[in-house]
Amino acid sequence: MRDVYIIGCGMTKFGEIWESSFRDLFVEAGLKAIKDAGVDHLDSMYVGTMTSGLFVGQEHVGALMADYLGMAPIPAVRVESACCSGGLAVRMGFLDIASGNSDIVLAGGVEKMNDGADVTFALSTAADQEYECYHGVTFPGLYAMIARAHMHRYGTTRDQLAQVAVKNHFNGSMNPNAQFPRKVTLDQVKNAVLVADPLTVLDSSPVSDGGACIILASEEVAKRLQKPMIKIVGSRVATDSLALDQRDDITALNAVKVSAELAFKMAGLKPSDIDLAEVHDCFTIAEICILEELGFAERGKGGLFTEQGHTALTGKIPINTSGGLKSKGHPVGATGAAQVVEIYEQLTGKSGERQIKNAKIGLAQNMGGSGASSVVHILKNLNN
Amino acid sequence: MPSPRYRREMPQRYRLEAGKCKGCGKIFFPPRLICNKCGSQNFEQVILPEKGKIITFTIIRVAPAQFEAEVPYAIAIVELENGVRITTQVVDCDPEKLEIGNSVKLIFRKIQKEGKTGIILYGYKAVLA
Repeated sequence: MRDVYIIGCGMTKFGEIWESSFRDLFVEAGLKAIKDAGVDHLDSMYVGTMTSGLFVGQEHVGALMADYLGMAPIPAVRVESACCSGGLAVRMGFLDIASGNSDIVLAGGVEKMNDGADVTFALSTAADQEYECYHGVTFPGLYAMIARAHMHRYGTTRDQLAQVAVKNHFNGSMNPNAQFPRKVTLDQVKNAVLVADPLTVLDSSPVSDGGACIILASEEVAKRLQKPMIKIVGSRVATDSLALDQRDDITALNAVKVSAELAFKMAGLKPSDIDLAEVHDCFTIAEICILEELGFAERGKGGLFTEQGHTALTGKIPINTSGGLKSKGHPVGATGAAQVVEIYEQLTGKSGERQIKNAKIGLAQNMGGSGASSVVHILKNLNN
Repeated sequence: MPSPRYRREMPQRYRLEAGKCKGCGKIFFPPRLICNKCGSQNFEQVILPEKGKIITFTIIRVAPAQFEAEVPYAIAIVELENGVRITTQVVDCDPEKLEIGNSVKLIFRKIQKEGKTGIILYGYKAVLA
């Protein structure tokens, strides 16, 4: 296995981007990443999108994006693992270079969710169609059931859930690419309209359009281009049952735990070595559960850990400095790649007002469905 | 949901047919072809008990198109008496008054319709016991 480096990245603004099509969003992010990296060609590309077929009626996405990026006839592969399609695309690009097959790879993701599709239905296809969706379950509903079980078992409070949204919106208020770059209060989150009890619309990530891409390269290419040496020191993926009811513990996200443990082992690092992390806060409860699975907080204490301020920009482990899915937006296929973009920019000192000082090691955790798939990447700046 | 697919699921939706692993005794609903605990591919058919308890639930207020007319409705994960868990609506009750631990039993009900003019699709829902 060869070492793999990130040498550039690019993303679109996230939001309701009426003037850009599905393909425009990916190509805009891709062109920015290619320019940032300063490369004149790609050996291959990986495109993450969850369900472009339902959102815009478009499949065969690898070839489409290669063509519109001006890169055909290079190999182009569409990658899908629900909401962690983007993270998995990064993982596939990593493997492509690590294996010695390619030297320069574009990996990214895109979703166009605001073109008129039934978004609630499209997203629900990441759950078990025959035994969850058939009965009228929605994604907010699945996370709401996790939230209620977590509150019942561990005493997690309504305020602690809301604190995740308050913190992420505060961070997002400093991100020009965020869909909702404005602060919210605890009361606003708690008193917002209910989507699936106990979760309100402000516990939930928004419906978003957007694209994000990164350029991966071999060590030889990264050195030749005189790039900051941002190495992928950990990259792992794990799976679990699609249906929530098939899991022994409703409050546990085992795929997150396993993917993180394997990524830490690969990197030779432990949770306390991480300077900042982007995690999959599709709903406020998800961030709380993930803090526990990643080993940042004790089991059952993710809510308390958040309430105590440990995950704030100034805390011991800043979580979702970008604003997270909650404030930045969640174009499902793009999200995992955008998380890696944020970590890369933080490690290279490009994060402006929300910059974490002396950030050297960052983690990105991207999740599919109600936790049936999880991808973890750990990035390290070797320059300082 | 196309009709062949619906017909295939009838043994589970109408009769709660599950698969019990002959290797380790774990019961799967829906039935599987291989046991994820012991790896056995030998199963016997068992019928799920109709009684159980709510282990978590929510009230859906924003629904997919085919359930829009029913909001707000309660969805729960129910643990049946033999330990098998299923996801189901809880009906004939005030969703606001449900609690974790409530005893429920499964009944046969209409679930949804196939498209705007399609056949009626049936299955199980839970009511307070």
